[in-house]
Amino acid sequence: MNLSSRAAAICAFALALATGSGPVTAQSKPEDGLALGRKMLAEDNPGDLWVERGQRLFTAKRGPKNASLEKCDLGMGPGVVKGAFAQLPRYFADTDKVQDLESRLLTCMVELQGFKREDIIRTRFGTLDRDSDMEALVSYVGAASNGLRMNVRLTHAKEREMYKAGEYAFYRRSGPLDFACVTCHGESGKRIRLQDLPNMTKAEEMREVVATGWPAYRGTHSTVRTMQHRLYDCFWQMRLPDLGFASDLSVALTAYLNYSANGGEIKLPGVRR
Amino acid sequence: MKFGGSAGALVTLAAAGLLKTSQAAAAVWNKAGFESKGVADAVKSLGASAAADSRDIVITAPDIAENGAVVPIEVVSRIPNTQSISIIAEKNPFPLAATVDFANSAEPYAYVRIKMGQTSNVRAVVKADGKFFSAVKEVKITVGGCG
Amino acid sequence: MAEPMKIRALLKGDVADIRVLVAHSMETGQRRDAAGNLVAAHFIHSMTVTHNGKPVYDGQWSQAVSRNPVFAVRIKGARVGDKVVVSWTDNKNDKRTDEVSVAAG
Repeated sequence: MNLSSRAAAICAFALALATGSGPVTAQSKPEDGLALGRKMLAEDNPGDLWVERGQRLFTAKRGPKNASLEKCDLGMGPGVVKGAFAQLPRYFADTDKVQDLESRLLTCMVELQGFKREDIIRTRFGTLDRDSDMEALVSYVGAASNGLRMNVRLTHAKEREMYKAGEYAFYRRSGPLDFACVTCHGESGKRIRLQDLPNMTKAEEMREVVATGWPAYRGTHSTVRTMQHRLYDCFWQMRLPDLGFASDLSVALTAYLNYSANGGEIKLPGVRR
Repeated sequence: MKFGGSAGALVTLAAAGLLKTSQAAAAVWNKAGFESKGVADAVKSLGASAAADSRDIVITAPDIAENGAVVPIEVVSRIPNTQSISIIAEKNPFPLAATVDFANSAEPYAYVRIKMGQTSNVRAVVKADGKFFSAVKEVKITVGGCG
Repeated sequence: MAEPMKIRALLKGDVADIRVLVAHSMETGQRRDAAGNLVAAHFIHSMTVTHNGKPVYDGQWSQAVSRNPVFAVRIKGARVGDKVVVSWTDNKNDKRTDEVSVAAG
């Protein structure tokens, strides 16, 4: 049997069966064959290039107002990036909103640098033809909290409100498939094709997903994706309407996830297939 | 000549201060090899009429790659006087992916991530003391058929 | 302009492990952009490394090397503080050179 020509044409699930019937041990799980590749990809992370580009973008004078982001308050004071990721989302008095990292950077790019909100949103996700400034900035700010632990607080009434809304949305089934986040992320040992699904009802797995998960270099996308993209993609997979970038719903879910991950040690950007 | 076809002539220029060392070192790009559509032609372009199988070439690569766009390939040669390592993805439209020439204090070690269009053998060809040796490892590619 | 490379150079025993991340599109010439136009081949074809000024690694690459390339080089007899210079040239003659000192591993 010519395994190699078959494997190219068939789905991952079928591939697992095909390799199982081969000369290797019958018990071998697909993860065994994947582990080495995952380890080799994790050892050298092109996402580090996004961190450096993000740093250059953060300090460069840009936009119609020719300003850097060094006066951007991410919650730790103007221009302070260290520790910012660890305690976001949080309430900001100037916008009277709870904001996650992406929505707060969006505010700064509009208010301080004079970029148009719709332009930043249009280019929020990088493509093979165009890099995204947002993905680089999030990589930089995320990595600046490496070694710290997630420490989101719900001291303001609006922070508690967002957390509760996020928790509700996480468990609320909806859409044509009657799916909720928890449908895929409520049990251990599940996967989609070859990708393991974290059980986010377990504190340990939630901490790992949030603190070491996103932003992450996505190999198949050849760019860093952020949590906003992860949530957007989950909504697409659930066949729900597009999740608006920096929308209240996206921030509410992030508030729920990040608060639930408190204590997780931050190591970003991550690496994903 | 150890360091590629044109190196000898350029070394003179480098010595005369006309070129920086790093530029002088660059071998002429193996156009014929990189544009070869078959494995045999690619191997021939390296100057090898035949390459003997060798257990002293160790290829480390995943059994299954989740993403054919990024397949890590590591090759270590234990053959004395290794001069170069070439990496060939046999079923790629243009199989020859990279050739690395070593000089001075380099270890005979190559690591690079390559694109693979489909499940295929990855062949490493080592040139040592002017002779050619090779080894293969199969890498299964999952993204492509079902993306 | 080409972005800086990210180079790690760590000494393990007397071997320096040089690991390099490069920002480059490595276009194969077979991809179409969002408008449906073929994107011209654009890839690094030459990658060289020197150790204290002496050439050690002369890589010839094709468009099969992954986008945002990652590669590594090992140098024996290295010491902390040794200078490692990495240079690439692509098929459009864009170039980039970065250097780093070997650090204790």
